[in-house]
Amino acid sequence: MNFFIVSLIKTGLVAFALLTTLAYLQWIERKVLAHIQLRPGPYRVGPHGLLQPLADVIKLVTKEGILPPQAHTFFYLLAPILAVSVALTAIVVIPFGPEVTVFGVTTNMGLADLNIGILFILAISSLGVYGVALGGWASNSKYPLLGGLRSSAQMISYELPLALALAAPLLIMNTLNFREITVLQGGYWLGFIPKWNIFAGPFPQIFSFIIFLIASFAETNRVPFDLPEAESELVGGFHTEYSSMGFASFFMAEYANILTVCCVGTVLFLGGWQPLWPAAYGSDFAPVVILFGSAAILFFHGANALKSRLWDRFSFPVFGVVFLILGALFLVPVLKPVVVPLFWFLSKSLFLVFVFIWIRGTLPRFRYDQLMRFAWTFLFPVAVVNLLVTSFLVAITSN
Amino acid sequence: MSVPDITTSATLDQALNPAQPDGETTTRRMTLNMGPQHPSTHGVLRILLELDGETITKAEPDIGFLHTGIEKQAEALNWQQVVTLTDRMDYLANLSNNLAYALPVEKLLQIEIPDKAQWLRVLLVELTRINSHLVWLGTHALDLGAMTVFFYCFREREDILRIFEMFSGQRLMTSYIRIGGLALEPPRGWQQAVKKFNDALPSRIDEYEELLNLNPIFLRRVQGVGVLPLEKLLALSVTGPLIRAAGLKWDVRKSEPYSSYEKFDFDIPVYTESDVWARYRVRMEEMRQSQRIVKQALEGMPEGPWKADAPKVVLPDREKMKTQMEALIYHFKIVTEGFRVPAGEAFVPTESPRGEIGFFVVSDGTSKPLRVFMRTPSFGNLQALPALFEGNLVANSIAALGSLDFMLGDVDR
Repeated sequence: MNFFIVSLIKTGLVAFALLTTLAYLQWIERKVLAHIQLRPGPYRVGPHGLLQPLADVIKLVTKEGILPPQAHTFFYLLAPILAVSVALTAIVVIPFGPEVTVFGVTTNMGLADLNIGILFILAISSLGVYGVALGGWASNSKYPLLGGLRSSAQMISYELPLALALAAPLLIMNTLNFREITVLQGGYWLGFIPKWNIFAGPFPQIFSFIIFLIASFAETNRVPFDLPEAESELVGGFHTEYSSMGFASFFMAEYANILTVCCVGTVLFLGGWQPLWPAAYGSDFAPVVILFGSAAILFFHGANALKSRLWDRFSFPVFGVVFLILGALFLVPVLKPVVVPLFWFLSKSLFLVFVFIWIRGTLPRFRYDQLMRFAWTFLFPVAVVNLLVTSFLVAITSN
Repeated sequence: MSVPDITTSATLDQALNPAQPDGETTTRRMTLNMGPQHPSTHGVLRILLELDGETITKAEPDIGFLHTGIEKQAEALNWQQVVTLTDRMDYLANLSNNLAYALPVEKLLQIEIPDKAQWLRVLLVELTRINSHLVWLGTHALDLGAMTVFFYCFREREDILRIFEMFSGQRLMTSYIRIGGLALEPPRGWQQAVKKFNDALPSRIDEYEELLNLNPIFLRRVQGVGVLPLEKLLALSVTGPLIRAAGLKWDVRKSEPYSSYEKFDFDIPVYTESDVWARYRVRMEEMRQSQRIVKQALEGMPEGPWKADAPKVVLPDREKMKTQMEALIYHFKIVTEGFRVPAGEAFVPTESPRGEIGFFVVSDGTSKPLRVFMRTPSFGNLQALPALFEGNLVANSIAALGSLDFMLGDVDR
């Protein structure tokens, strides 16, 4: 009974946090991209466009959902549902923090503690291809068909290097459970280098990490591998015919996938919730310093707001107060064991998300044949060699 | 196969894939209707593609969606009014088009344009070239998926448009170069504005090249893509950066100098590969050369009047009009009737950002042109499209399409 109630509460919390993050991920992407491109980004709806995601959701929900007459109705409607539900499911195996005791209840910070977590992620992400392929095919239209074909081929091709890159750290860890993987990455070499997998002995998994990142760009259809939705060639790619919630579902699935791969990367390679430097040197106070520092910057800029941005005089101090409150949370002894690991986990994951957006603002797009050649003639062999070297070194050192 | 008759067939597919005799198996090719609302057709071009997988087996450009009747309209307006139409043909080469129209009419009128007006024309036309190439670069990079370059290019373009606005009061439809000189006196402080922009430009071009030239993904998308031999390009009447990228050193500014281009020192970039990469480098280098010309024009700007001394053609100063009887009469005649141009015909080729543009004007001695034929570079360049598309991947043809740098208003006019 107790287990069910706790699970329900946790599911509710994670679902709420996940959906909010997804909505705001889009705001973050638009803001970061805009600043790379010398423009302000969303600015009109709410202070600094903070209500833009809400406006977008309302817009998308109230739009008319068009069912093209030539489309295969069942699969046409199934595809976005499949894509989004699969993408949202993947988050359940991610551990956000260690085992904690809150209000006398001891529980894991994470929804499901599967002992085959990684296999689950791989299986789920393979299912995601169906959403895209079905969407492209069921639209029964030419551009979506080409987009769907491209993306199925691309996602299947890049799944191999992705799986091989994931296998290498598993050899060192010797477990498939995300929680155990994170726990094993605790501790420090020489007292200050974290024992994360990218620094791990006997063979640092930095190459695996890079291969994983590249392959996950392709898996999530992001620049430079965004061929399925290459707007200059295929208009909207597989979701050209979708409108309203169908389109929103594909969009949400894309962002959920980004979030998932970033979380997996964090857990597997960047030590999950493990802090960057030991708590003995005050890593617990890093979030406090960062948040209070941000609050101070906001207060300063609020006081010195440009004449053209008078609204900032009110909005910046309000944000500053919010940051102060958030920072103060990290000083509350009861909450500390919950929020500190959460901070490290989120900051690493969001850094990876930032890398995704950064790349989008920088690189052009591959051509279809180049993309395939890159996967099969470069990424795949490198992943195999990396796996062989790792397994060889692991075999030597374990004896 | 000729242009398919889409009016009688039920679908486009049926039009392009006529019924085969029974028992004969054929692989059906997919017909893709690219445009006129496709994001990469740069306006309202429609291309009928016949696809075999992702390879294009046949491409039929379909123009006319932006037909404005400018050529015919020119016959109903008087000589000076036609200048305003030339902007509307191609909003990225507005001043180049103004100049290309003014030159043959001035040839018929046999009026001398003072040095200062000529140098200012050169300066403005070169700024137009930079403007056009910036937009080309931004949209071309956008087609290849590099979003950010687009915004950087538009930052500089904005500066140029501000300079245009300073001169003429208009950002796009400038109509600033008129028959007999310029439309208005150059504004106060134009030297500083142009100098500030021109001095900053080389470092900005370096910035774009840093973003693109060393990017392996970009290089792979453009190198060896869209290759057409020079003979083929010449047979298709392609001009401008495209033939210079194919190895022909032909630039009207050098070979048949007009508007005192012979007094400026600049190079013509030539590459021999004739692929998208060569066209990219030609245009980047042209921007640098245009910057050089603008610099020379700024430094060596002669003193003197900015319009010709031709009272029957050029409007008098306001002050003279109010004080002198004769000036008032000329003003009245020019404004109400327009000036008369001696009967005859003239053609002066000029080098617009897109290639060779020339207006063939015919006069019957009245105040309205009998015929204005426009030899526009975009129309010629667009003829290379089927040759560039056929046998290529869709992704490659998008890169090749961008490298043509056509303007649909210029094609359809």
